[in-house]
Amino acid sequence: MFAYAVRRLGIGAVLLLSLTLVTYFLFFAVPSDPAKQACGKNCNEEQIEQTRVALGYDKPWIAQWGDFMTGLVKGRDFPADEELRANNPNIVTHCAAPCMGFSFVNQQTVNEILSGAFPISASIAVVALVFWVTGGVLFGILAAMTKGSFLDRGLVGLTLIAYAFPSFFIGKFLITYVSIKWGWVEYPAYLSIEEGGVSGWLSSLFLPALTLALLFLAGYVRITRSYVLESLSEDYIRTAKAKGLSQRTMIFKHALRAALTPLVTMIGLDFAGLLGGAIITENVFAYNGLGVVALQSFTSDDLPTMVGLVILIGSFVILANIIVDILYAVIDPRVRLG
Amino acid sequence: MSEAFLSIRDLKVHFPTTDGIVKATDGLSYDLEKGKTLGIVGESGSGKSVSSSAIMGLYRGTNAQVSGQIILEGSDLLTLTDSEMRDMRGKDVSMIFQDPLSAMHPYYTVGNQIAEAYKVHNDVSKKAARSRAIEMLDRVGIPQPDRRVDDYPHQFSGGMRQRAMIAMGLINDPKLLIADEPTTALDVTVQAQILDLLQDLQRDFEAAVIIITHDLGVVAEMADDVLVMYAGRAVEYGSNKEIFTQPQMPYTWGLLSSIPDVTGDTDVPLIPIPGNPPSLLNPPKGCAFHPRCPHRDKVPDGRCATELPELLAQGSVPTHLSRCHLTDPDRVYEQEVLPMIAPDRVGES
Ligand SMILES: Nc1ncnc2c1ncn2[C@@H]1O[C@H](COP(=O)(O)OP(=O)(O)OP(=O)(O)O)[C@@H](O)[C@H]1O
Ligand SMILES: [Mg+2]
Repeated sequence: MFAYAVRRLGIGAVLLLSLTLVTYFLFFAVPSDPAKQACGKNCNEEQIEQTRVALGYDKPWIAQWGDFMTGLVKGRDFPADEELRANNPNIVTHCAAPCMGFSFVNQQTVNEILSGAFPISASIAVVALVFWVTGGVLFGILAAMTKGSFLDRGLVGLTLIAYAFPSFFIGKFLITYVSIKWGWVEYPAYLSIEEGGVSGWLSSLFLPALTLALLFLAGYVRITRSYVLESLSEDYIRTAKAKGLSQRTMIFKHALRAALTPLVTMIGLDFAGLLGGAIITENVFAYNGLGVVALQSFTSDDLPTMVGLVILIGSFVILANIIVDILYAVIDPRVRLG
Repeated sequence: MSEAFLSIRDLKVHFPTTDGIVKATDGLSYDLEKGKTLGIVGESGSGKSVSSSAIMGLYRGTNAQVSGQIILEGSDLLTLTDSEMRDMRGKDVSMIFQDPLSAMHPYYTVGNQIAEAYKVHNDVSKKAARSRAIEMLDRVGIPQPDRRVDDYPHQFSGGMRQRAMIAMGLINDPKLLIADEPTTALDVTVQAQILDLLQDLQRDFEAAVIIITHDLGVVAEMADDVLVMYAGRAVEYGSNKEIFTQPQMPYTWGLLSSIPDVTGDTDVPLIPIPGNPPSLLNPPKGCAFHPRCPHRDKVPDGRCATELPELLAQGSVPTHLSRCHLTDPDRVYEQEVLPMIAPDRVGES
């Protein structure tokens, strides 16, 4: 298993670097002018050209990618133009390895931007994941056990309605009612664990995570429900019943175990799609997470930040996939890694 | 009839479906004595598995309608509460199934699944349950049981899996073991080993056994008594000897003539029973077998098609029961059936 994980990680790293290459290529394949964006609205042609040279956008894209790779391995100094650095030592920023670049739009290294935004997004994502997986599995089992009843239809129907409503609507609704009108939770503002302790951190995440979780909940209720029902008609459940096991053991030990594989698959896939949901949720709640950073970098042609995001999110997707594949083998002893 | 250990009376198991009610078992009665083996035979769909699963209470909590009486040592299992029935399952009555691969959970070790059957009825530690599982694996002839106990079902061969299922079935020393086609999924040499094992264990554990099978050869070898089922009902019931030497019901004759002679050694052609098993949604009126029965014209007034014959003793043996309108089944068998299936035995009895 260890050798397998190492090999998969190696392949993942190669994949990530190819992803950055593709990002550089695509960025320069579309007609846009990052130098003009970085320079600002009131720049004339000459100033834009100066900016271009200063930021290194005048080099061929592959050379820029090469510089980026150097930064990753050895670290870099910014601005990219050596002459400019030599003449103005006071504006030089050193970015240590693994340096993902310098965002001129934000005047910060990409590492700084991401390390500020990442904990916020990760917090929302993890809490949301816990919400929707536990909620989805519990509701799914409940629906399966009461198949065809009012409760079953209610659960499946309600989660579907929650899914059908746009996230920004649910987010606004939760802020307006649950927080402002009814005052059940404080007005959501992000608190890190250092600032608010675990309970402050958790309660600051409650509403955004709930909003994000509602986007995924319906699918998990349905998947759990249908796989539990399916495995309840399996021969090994009949054996379990014939042994004299209780309904609870039968469902939680035998039927649910069989539903774990599809659930893990779903979680792995949804992990990749999480950012899409997070962009909307973070914007509604004005939490400055990766979603907000991503949106900004795209609207301002901020290549270094984009590439940084590609690396960060790409590594999580790749990692999630490796973990899912290992989990398959942990869950199902018939699966061999290799 | 002496005080029976297990007494089934007018058992009905009906499944409501969108097409109508499937009468998978419809008025089944039989007795089984302590420590004896009953063989249940009949074509596919005759209700063998359904009636036996009903004994285990496997239809509780489903939409199946179960009625009648299942009296085990004087108490009617159908009147037990769900939790009383759960306590009996796997302890007093246990069941092993046809396909041991699908009957075991693919994600848990064999030992875990066997130990679970012990632990649920005995207040013991995990460790004690595990060593009991190893002991049982050893008892059913699994080599190196202390090592194989941690294998997963897919790492066992078919025969070993069925041995493991038998270990699971017997771990709580049940009074009744139901084996539903325990050897159908196995190849022939393994079949014989499993049957030998079952016979051995039955002697040691002194359990009554119901063995369900398509294979009359298995019945002839294993069973003390034989129940022949057709369309959810008993059509003939008697001792092993009576069923194989003096069968009284044309369906039983059909079964006997469709397999190689189990007592003789002649090369007579096999004659399959014409037609197909009846629909259980709309079973034929009268005797359910009459559309396929070559002897129905011997009964006057077409009664076979209108009147359900009672399950009665037709000959001199009071415990040999059959369900047929023929007035002299013994003579028809001797003169018309026996020459076809075992010419060398004509005139023997
Ligand atoms: N849950 C159910 N719902 C509806 N019909 C059912 C159900 N279970 C069994 N049946 C029907 O009941 C009939 C009897 O089934 P059963 O399994 O007892 O047959 P069997 O004699 O064991 O046959 P086989 O030799 O093929 O195992 C079949 O026609 C089957 O389709
Ligand atoms: Mg069957």
